[in-house]
Amino acid sequence: MKPGVTFGGLAAIVLVLAAVAGSFAYLDMPLGALFTGAAVGEAVAFVQRFFPPDLSADFLAKVGGAALETLAISLVSTLLAAVAGALLAMPAAGRQGRAVRRVARFVLNLLRSVPELVWATLMVLAAGLGPFAGTLALALHTTGVLGRLFAEALENAPPTPAEALAGSGTPAVAAFLYGTLPLVAPQWLAYSLYRWEMNIRMAAILGFVGAGGLGGLLYYSLSLFHEAEASTVILAMLAMAIAVDGASAWLRRKA
Amino acid sequence: MNLSLEGVGLVHANGHQALRWIDLHVEAGERVALIGASGAGKTTLLRVLAAALRPSGGRLRMEGGDPWAASPAVLRQLRARIGLVHQAPPIPPRQRVVTAVLAGRLGQWPLWKSLASLVLPADAEGARRELARLDLADKLFERCDRLSGGQLQRVALARVLYQQPDLLLADEPVSAMDPALSELTVALLNEEASRRRVTLVASLHAVDLALRHFPRVVGVKDSGVLFDLPASQVTEGQLRELYAAEGGLPIAGAPASAIVDLSPLRCS
Amino acid sequence: MSASVRDPAALPRLGWTLVALVLLWPLLRLTDFRPAALFDDGNLNAMGHFVGGFLPMETSPDFLALLGKATIETLAMATAGVAVAFVLAVPLGLAMTRSLSVSRLGPGRGGWIGQLLRALVRAVLAVLRGVPELVWALLFVRVFGLGAAAGVLALGITYGGMLGKVYGEILESTDDQPTRALLEAGSGRLAAFCYGLLPNAGQELVSYTVYRWECAVRASVVMGFVGAGGLGQLMDQSMKMLNGGEAATILATFLALVVAADAISELLRRRLA
Repeated sequence: MKPGVTFGGLAAIVLVLAAVAGSFAYLDMPLGALFTGAAVGEAVAFVQRFFPPDLSADFLAKVGGAALETLAISLVSTLLAAVAGALLAMPAAGRQGRAVRRVARFVLNLLRSVPELVWATLMVLAAGLGPFAGTLALALHTTGVLGRLFAEALENAPPTPAEALAGSGTPAVAAFLYGTLPLVAPQWLAYSLYRWEMNIRMAAILGFVGAGGLGGLLYYSLSLFHEAEASTVILAMLAMAIAVDGASAWLRRKA
Repeated sequence: MNLSLEGVGLVHANGHQALRWIDLHVEAGERVALIGASGAGKTTLLRVLAAALRPSGGRLRMEGGDPWAASPAVLRQLRARIGLVHQAPPIPPRQRVVTAVLAGRLGQWPLWKSLASLVLPADAEGARRELARLDLADKLFERCDRLSGGQLQRVALARVLYQQPDLLLADEPVSAMDPALSELTVALLNEEASRRRVTLVASLHAVDLALRHFPRVVGVKDSGVLFDLPASQVTEGQLRELYAAEGGLPIAGAPASAIVDLSPLRCS
Repeated sequence: MSASVRDPAALPRLGWTLVALVLLWPLLRLTDFRPAALFDDGNLNAMGHFVGGFLPMETSPDFLALLGKATIETLAMATAGVAVAFVLAVPLGLAMTRSLSVSRLGPGRGGWIGQLLRALVRAVLAVLRGVPELVWALLFVRVFGLGAAAGVLALGITYGGMLGKVYGEILESTDDQPTRALLEAGSGRLAAFCYGLLPNAGQELVSYTVYRWECAVRASVVMGFVGAGGLGQLMDQSMKMLNGGEAATILATFLALVVAADAISELLRRRLA
């Protein structure tokens, strides 16, 4: 460890502890009440209603369909976002001048700062209930994230290959494709895959606001107090998350 | 393509004077070697000749016209006829050799052809032919990051050969190659230039290569031209003056940074 | 001659392009991909009305007071949630770390109990983080009622799983020579952790925790959509009533909050590292 803790570091630690204590105090969490006999009994009864999960063929088919829809939403939205992100990354990396760069960065920040679920509520208004709204919502947010990452990769890529091509009369588009894209493509791909992984999780809950996928099914079953069905949906989400985790870990080991 | 520089000077944005008052006339089909210590201004001079750097003073004429007075479209067309072999091969590491070589003609191809060629090489046979001249045909579909430094330098050369420019410029094109290969490669450049009646200007670190292969040698020192003579008339005294700062004459085979010590010669 | 220049990558490329195209079609069908829906009269009207109402933004003192309260609640939820997650993650992360295993050192039965325990911990962590925080929140709201408590617990559980896993990974990838030496010299696990691993891994652990807090702020913002308090609840109400002015103000607050969280996290990471 570093010899001695700096004053700034110490102050930061104290601040963090104070923030945590303050947060609990502000929220006035009924932690005591949680552990009274009645509350525990109620909670146990609530949990019991989730078992056994509804494994009827009918419902399983429904869950399977919704899971597939979730996967499709995540894939299509990530694809859209990768394309849009790449298009926005070029101005955001300062290739068309400083003023354009600032505007592009602002757009990307705006897209990124609005959470997926908020985009989803907006898109449900714009495109109606259903998976298309979810796809658009995820695509919008992910465009902001990927656009920024893509732009950073572009700014860090050495300019000489593209400059050399431009020096022998290559038009800008071709110089980019032959000189810059091969430098950033592996990074862009890695970022997109990583975002896809996150979008699978996200697509599963967009249904809470009516934007398709597994979340819609969960929200619906819970509203009707069909806890057994809800439990199946949660298991499906869990299975998907674990599968994605495993797949990405496996891919990373291979790469 | 013929070139003429009259009193050309260049000051970099950081205030460094990279070239001062250069007078140089090169006729179409001439073959000229640039020699001189590192930092003397050879690379800058080549980049001015490639119409990549705009001189801050003097007159540059290519085929009688000033490239910097022309419209962007005309300048682009002119550049498509100029091939510059860079000192460090400007090739993305993950690109395949075939793509890197075909990129030489991007200035001449329509955009759709460039796009299609990314997916399916438009002229793999053409790329293979140029690589074969450099004894590299077997690497056609190899990825560039799997090549050695010397091999990569030859890929960059193959790209410019494939471009078939009217003005062939080369900035230390053999710096990463062993002596035998350097010899063959410089010979190939000269042979290509004479066969296609192309103007060739190459900077070389190895003086002996320059004197052996080029009819005309220009010595560059301290951002200016020290001498401009037929190879046969360059004297040892001039060479010593050219490399005075480095303390010795570089010859082929010596690594670019290591300079052969001439002190034994001085004693005899 | 032409055989030698046949591109070996041509066939695979063609194949993969075909596969991608064949897969894209059902994907687009599944997502109900109809860009035309955006320009459907009804939707265009609804959206136009809503967005048209964005200006002027709602700035009445009553609403701003409400907004301020919700903002503080959101931040408190994120902070408390990460604190819960931290308490949950530290023991689990430590239990998962192989280099802290005493049984791995000695000769003997190979410590299968330890291995079993680690596998178990790994599974628990996978379940904790495998269920999205919003799902946990949706469930907890039914147990604890509407409000931030559900959000805090939900964040604590999901982020506890994430932190635990990443703590374990960071510790695993840290040089384990000092720890080994300590364990071999007979020191306890906790001491070995404090003196062997923490000095090397501390910075990364702190940095990741702060990064998670930044994520927690974003997550807390939407907790309200399932009734777990904070800004999301306000947003949900304004959206349901199609009150564009309020929605615009809340959106602006979102942006400010996310940008501020970015900046604070950057600052903290530099200070604590």
